[in-house]
Amino acid sequence: MSGPDPAGRVDDAVAAAYRDEWGRVVATLIRVTGDWDLAEECAQDAFARAVERWPRDGVPRNPGAWLTTTARNAAIDRLRRDRTGRRKLEELAGIEEREMTASTSGADAHGDEQRASGIVDDRLRLVFTCCHPALALDAQVALTLREMVGLTTGEVARAFLVSEPTIAQRLVRAKRKIRNAGIPYRVPPRAQLADRLGAVLSVVYLLFNEGYGASVGDDLVRGAMCDEAIRLCRTIAELLPDEPEVLGLLALMLLHDSRRATRVDAHGDVVLLDEQDRARWDHDAIDDGLTTLDRALARRRPGPYQVQAAIAACHARAPVADATDWPQIAALYGELLRMSPSPVVELNRAVAVAMADGPGVGLALLEPLAASGVLAGYYLLPAARADLLRRAGRRHEAAAAYEEALRLVGTEPERRFLTRRLAEVTG
Amino acid sequence: MQYLLMIAMDEQAYAALPAEVAAENMAAYGRFWAEMEERGVIRGGERLYPTTDATCVQVRDGRVITADGPFAETKEQLGGYYLVDVADLDEAIDVASKIPGAAHGTIEVRPIWSM
Repeated sequence: MSGPDPAGRVDDAVAAAYRDEWGRVVATLIRVTGDWDLAEECAQDAFARAVERWPRDGVPRNPGAWLTTTARNAAIDRLRRDRTGRRKLEELAGIEEREMTASTSGADAHGDEQRASGIVDDRLRLVFTCCHPALALDAQVALTLREMVGLTTGEVARAFLVSEPTIAQRLVRAKRKIRNAGIPYRVPPRAQLADRLGAVLSVVYLLFNEGYGASVGDDLVRGAMCDEAIRLCRTIAELLPDEPEVLGLLALMLLHDSRRATRVDAHGDVVLLDEQDRARWDHDAIDDGLTTLDRALARRRPGPYQVQAAIAACHARAPVADATDWPQIAALYGELLRMSPSPVVELNRAVAVAMADGPGVGLALLEPLAASGVLAGYYLLPAARADLLRRAGRRHEAAAAYEEALRLVGTEPERRFLTRRLAEVTG
Repeated sequence: MQYLLMIAMDEQAYAALPAEVAAENMAAYGRFWAEMEERGVIRGGERLYPTTDATCVQVRDGRVITADGPFAETKEQLGGYYLVDVADLDEAIDVASKIPGAAHGTIEVRPIWSM
């Protein structure tokens, strides 16, 4: 104990502990009790106890351990109080005994589960279970935010513009399915790890994009979602240091997030990459992103997140838009297309090729894509065509393409942007 | 835990398969059964007659309501099932994925409600 603190600093310490330790406390309590609701309630008890005790006794040297012990004791109290809990309590004692013998004898009952560190962090079990593919994607997202990140149901509801009862219901159903369907609380065995990690990372990236791109929610909540996604990915990267795609996704998010302040102007209008004030990019985030990407690439197991991060890095490294290494970006999109083919990646590649080799070459790649109709209704296709036609000096065709994009576009700032460009080519 | 693995498939398309394809299919099911018996997870399983032979039973207000036909009108129908006893959902999914019908139909995995 570090002795009594002024109240303000203790409040900060509780807030920090909540942010850093919530997932760990819940994760451990789920493993020990096998009961998600009980785990959540006891974690809440422990934080309430901290608010009460820490101003008087001082902040413990290891807040995480204090909170976990307090939550565990709260679980034992609650279980003692009801009759059905007695049996659970015996199971709990059994689990702890087995753990003790396993750790003292070094016995490796779950060989596959034990990673380089020797002991699996419960948070890893938690995140893999929250993102189990047997759960609906919206349930995976809600569970991850509630159990792992520690958002309240109200905060999750505000982030997705869904009513709080809807989120609460979604969480109840997800936890019921985990229990009834026998979804195991564990890190998947090595043979399934790549697949299952993919599911975890798509939830993390979805959280980030919800904050970054998104069409809904207020700016404050959205910014917080980006921060949470990055923090969560950092935790996963610490826990699975040998997985380069985790680092790749972390680098990708850091590099995108470095441009957060410059993406929209004072009127809420979109500012494209080539018009952003690069001096206002977050250069600490860029350095962090580039270092993280290097660490990922050093593992020599490339994947789609690493390639996307490498593309973002090309932009981040260019001091001015004209210095962008477009041939490299076009090559990276080619690589991405090979790894995870999609018409959207094809579209991006065509745009990059146009920047590298001229609008005519890019248009030649876009025409078959447009003709195939796979991106029908996607406004960025006519918008990209319009831009290339404009740069090729084909103003009439450009105007027609801008008009087509305007018919499909969803959000107001993007509409204003296209209207401005349309005026340029018709004026 | 016990799970019921229900094999949903397009039964008309299945009935229309050429004889040699149907025979190879039966053989694939035979290999699946042998593999899972060896693994010790099989508790039962049968092929079902098509949904044209199905009867739905409901009890409403104490009355037994019997109706011709399957429980739902969808593109795929229940064609057979296995009852398996495995560690958890991950293993049930693993076993389900090895059923030949998983390749063209859908396997619905339902936990058995233990009484």
